Amino acid sequence: MVDVRGLLCPMPLVTVRKEIEKNAPETLEVLFDDKGALDNVTRFVTGLGYKTAVTEEGGDYKLVLSK
Amino acid sequence: MKKINWPVVLAGGLVGLAAVVLTALGNPVNMGFCIACFLRDIAGATKMHSAAVVQYFRPEIVGLLLGAFIMSVASKEYRAKAGSSPATRFVLGAFVMIGALAFLGCPLRMVLRLAGGDLNALIALFGFIAGIAVGVVCLNKGFSLKRAYDVGKAEGGMLLVVLSGLFLLSLAVPALFAFSEKGPGSMHAPALIALLIATAVGAAAYKTRLCMAGGIRDGIMFKDFKLLYGFIAIFLVALVGNLVTNKFNLGFTGQPVAHSDHLWSFLGMALVGWGSVLLGGCPLRQLILAGSGNGDSAVTVLGMIVGAAFSHNFGLAGAAANAESAGGVGIKGRVAIIIGFVVMAVVSLMNMPKKED
Repeated sequence: MVDVRGLLCPMPLVTVRKEIEKNAPETLEVLFDDKGALDNVTRFVTGLGYKTAVTEEGGDYKLVLSK
Repeated sequence: MKKINWPVVLAGGLVGLAAVVLTALGNPVNMGFCIACFLRDIAGATKMHSAAVVQYFRPEIVGLLLGAFIMSVASKEYRAKAGSSPATRFVLGAFVMIGALAFLGCPLRMVLRLAGGDLNALIALFGFIAGIAVGVVCLNKGFSLKRAYDVGKAEGGMLLVVLSGLFLLSLAVPALFAFSEKGPGSMHAPALIALLIATAVGAAAYKTRLCMAGGIRDGIMFKDFKLLYGFIAIFLVALVGNLVTNKFNLGFTGQPVAHSDHLWSFLGMALVGWGSVLLGGCPLRQLILAGSGNGDSAVTVLGMIVGAAFSHNFGLAGAAANAESAGGVGIKGRVAIIIGFVVMAVVSLMNMPKKED
């Protein structure tokens, strides 16, 4: 689980990219509180071949990535 | 990733068009929109500095905050947050302003000056890109001003309420404020029209996350040029507008509210670029974030206002060229820019991850 809530752009994307480069996970859950950051990261990981699913929980977003 | 993002292009086009219209309605040439200049004018109007030619309570600033607020609430995305190194952000905001006022414009006005044919702004653009590149190195090494946290809803609306209140007061009791009788501060579009246009721009900028620094930063870091399309759209629309209204003048000299002190224009905007990356967005983006509930960006904007006051009270701002003088950045402004780089370097190093991280 990567928590990027409260981080301003581009830190959410930097954080997720670092996690993917370091661990190349098959699946990854990322918590957001900003729709713009969610959209940016979704666009980025889709380009890397991940499938994505989003759920909303109390104003936060959970993005699940899977290969 | 390389697909053109049309909402960003449209938002950029709207900003460019708004700048052309506001100029036609009275704002200074190549200054239809300038966040640095307008915050400086507000600092002057509220008597935080006494530079007589740059004092006016610019409705555009209130409009941008209002537009971002309305759009974030309408999108159900308004969220009051704060606590991400606010004091550091205040100082960075002040130095971003000092750098911008040395060049005589924020990144948005830099694009508008380019669209008016002012080649001095091209030198500044190179500086801006260089500063952003340094900021990107910091981000890649793990720089972060840490997280913000949820705070009370009122905290997120404080800047909008205060600036709106002061704006209404400036309309109701103008004698309380200072207003330029000549110079750029005396040139302005009708207040209500400026407010409405800026509100539309604020809403569009919120929705598309338009950011001058972000476009170049994302291009360098992620090969993501989405935000850069907005930058290009502003340029193209303003260029066409200037050509149609006969305000295009290609060259280095004879440019409105500008100087040809290239080295210090370059370095001033490099300071803006570096600072904007550390802050997570350019001055326009800071205003939009502040309007949508980000208390840290509100503190950054307050830092920019104080930076503008310092710029004029201590003679740090660039002087525009005129018939008597070539203008440029004086020794005090140059020292301030160098101090700004030292501050950026110290802030960058202090906010890198520790070895054990």
